[in-house]
Amino acid sequence: MDNVNQYQNKAPIAGALEKFSSERVVPFDVPGHKRGRGNAELTTFLGQRCMNFDVNSMKPLDNLCHPVSVIAEAERLAADAFGAAHAFFMVGGTTSSVQAMIFAAVSRGEKIILPRNIHRSVINALVLCGGVPVYVNPKVDVQLGITLGMSVRDVAKAIADNPSAKAVFVNNPTYYGVCGNLKAIEALAHAHGMLLLADEAHGTHFYFSENLPVSAMSAGADYASVSMHKSGGSLTQSSLLLIGKSVSEARTRQMINLTQTTSGSYLLMASLDISRKNLALHGREIFAKVTELAEYARGEINQIGDYYAFAKEKINGDSVFDFDVTKLSVNTLDVGLAGIEVYDTLRDDYNIQTEFGDISNFLAYVSVGDRERDIERLVGALSEIRRRFKKSRAGLLLESEYVAPVVAMPPQTAFYSESISLPLESAVNRVATEFVMCYPPGIPIIAPGELVTKDVVEYITYARGKGCFLTGARDKRAEYINVIK
Amino acid sequence: MDLWYSEYHTENVRFSIKVEKQLHSEQSAFQRIDVFESAEFGRFLTLDGLMMITERDEFIYHDMITHVPMAVLGEAKRVLVIGAGDGGVLRELTRYDSVEHIDLVEIDERVVAVCKQFLPGTASSFDDRRVHAHYQDGMKFVRKCERAYDLIIVDSTDPFGPGEGLFTKEFYGNCYKALNDNGVMVNQHESPFYRGDALAMMRAHKRICESFPISRVYQAHIPTYPSGHWLFGFAGKTLHPVYDLDVERWNKLGIKTKYYNTKLHAGCFALPTYVEEMLRDVELMNN
Repeated sequence: MDNVNQYQNKAPIAGALEKFSSERVVPFDVPGHKRGRGNAELTTFLGQRCMNFDVNSMKPLDNLCHPVSVIAEAERLAADAFGAAHAFFMVGGTTSSVQAMIFAAVSRGEKIILPRNIHRSVINALVLCGGVPVYVNPKVDVQLGITLGMSVRDVAKAIADNPSAKAVFVNNPTYYGVCGNLKAIEALAHAHGMLLLADEAHGTHFYFSENLPVSAMSAGADYASVSMHKSGGSLTQSSLLLIGKSVSEARTRQMINLTQTTSGSYLLMASLDISRKNLALHGREIFAKVTELAEYARGEINQIGDYYAFAKEKINGDSVFDFDVTKLSVNTLDVGLAGIEVYDTLRDDYNIQTEFGDISNFLAYVSVGDRERDIERLVGALSEIRRRFKKSRAGLLLESEYVAPVVAMPPQTAFYSESISLPLESAVNRVATEFVMCYPPGIPIIAPGELVTKDVVEYITYARGKGCFLTGARDKRAEYINVIK
Repeated sequence: MDLWYSEYHTENVRFSIKVEKQLHSEQSAFQRIDVFESAEFGRFLTLDGLMMITERDEFIYHDMITHVPMAVLGEAKRVLVIGAGDGGVLRELTRYDSVEHIDLVEIDERVVAVCKQFLPGTASSFDDRRVHAHYQDGMKFVRKCERAYDLIIVDSTDPFGPGEGLFTKEFYGNCYKALNDNGVMVNQHESPFYRGDALAMMRAHKRICESFPISRVYQAHIPTYPSGHWLFGFAGKTLHPVYDLDVERWNKLGIKTKYYNTKLHAGCFALPTYVEEMLRDVELMNN
């Protein structure tokens, strides 16, 4: 084993938990289940080991809000594994990582340049901190009906038009696996004294392969939010916030602690610790295997006919600068079905759960946990769905998932304004005070501070009709929307 | 020495055979393969510890999964066999002169190799010129076929493990697509007796009914399978397993069998009441 591997071949938090557990300390602290004894049903459900490790911060186990020993060491190992100046263990999902980096980058009234195809957590953070979004419309692939990355020229123009902006925000990659020209955007942002923030919720694996798109840290970004629980294999809700050399670790920690729980879960932290070790030691083989599975599935799906599992042929030097080949995104329009309809049929008829379906695509998440025979089931089911349900494409009225927003005021101003609930159709030209989005993927169709347009109404109505799960609005079916009074 | 092979038929029921000696054991890329020698059942093959075939009673299974559909089809020319690495189905199929082409799709090449070595009585027809063996995933193979076969025989392991995909709706649908207009699919259909097997049996029946207009279940008594009461599925596009049986035509072929006969053919589709009820519940759910 070489030095790097030897160095990464430990998991300080997991080790401390094992040691602590063997010491049989008498608990007169929280949690009140006291190693599960106080909650027999839960202990049976989760298992004794799990309950043993559900403990509170204490001297031998460090403290997530102010790490000085084992958590500090685990964070240092993670930083080295990801090539970051520092890595923060996060227990509130990548949502909490995204929010912390936005709090750190902009305060009330300050501008941030970002594409509109962002996750809701970004706009939520702006509602909280009062930052002002300057949207760059992402490019759209008309054939696929999906949003791509931002064009470098559009970013340059937004920077020139808004020289006082504090930061530029990018998705690396998008849900579909599309990456913009990160290095060029980094050069632009830094040349104008702006920070570069990256949402890498779908990009953990970029840090562990030479054959995948460039990672935010290696491109010189200042902040990156990394969903370890997606391709990294840790438990749901665990995440990493990475920072570059020029950012203050101490100030970032303060931003995180504004909203972070003081009872961080050791199950989540241990899962980050062990997953980081696994990625550092085996990540390269793991993602080579995942790539192979995804490429195989893509080839087979494209042979069925009418489905289009797209990949690197979409690269255009700008808005699709690179493509994440581990993503299995499939366009369904030529089958005559919306992506969400294929997604629903896969689950309801074939017992196959995919990640999400939208207007024209669905995404099957391929990971290290997949087996070849499961891939065969997916391909077999898709072939059957085509045989049984193929229709004319003419029945699909909408073919794009993107509605360009009309921003009337900052999200925070709109969110805290007095509002009135109106039927969707009657709300045209009013300013929304709430979100509406399909979940997943959780990219807002409309966000607080944006005008309700005819396009927005048409999109929401169509998505509802196709069976999308609409979230964000107070009205659960989004038939009504809250707008400024 | 007191050496026994045991299989758990449920958590609380164990089936054991006294073993003279173990002839072979290996872990292939897909499963654990073992061959034992016993006084009562002769040699027997297990996969992941589960009984597949014994020399003593394999004739029942192979007769019933092969001759029932062949007697209905009359002149089957092209046959697809999925699983069946022990070769028993091939042995029975190659007795028909009408059969021109057999594709055997077995995921685990090692099963075939082990059976050729230790169970030559069943693995006897791999060298028949009509047999074409393909070592790959059955789902993948059948997905690429359209109106290519008169008969598909699905001789799978249990639905937990490598055989799982062969009990899915997508698989049965792909088989439908791969069959000619009068094609028939026959499958190993689990047992109705113990709860876990019965649930798998009902799920399989539900999914086959969703894909084929005609779906009937028939039974046989197989001493070494859980409960001994075993089922097969007969799924057709147009042919009915009993009404379309041509007794005279099959008997004229002069194929000598130890278990199957044309009288039994009609009888094996008459099922115990509790099994009929299980199947009816599933069929009603589909409507």
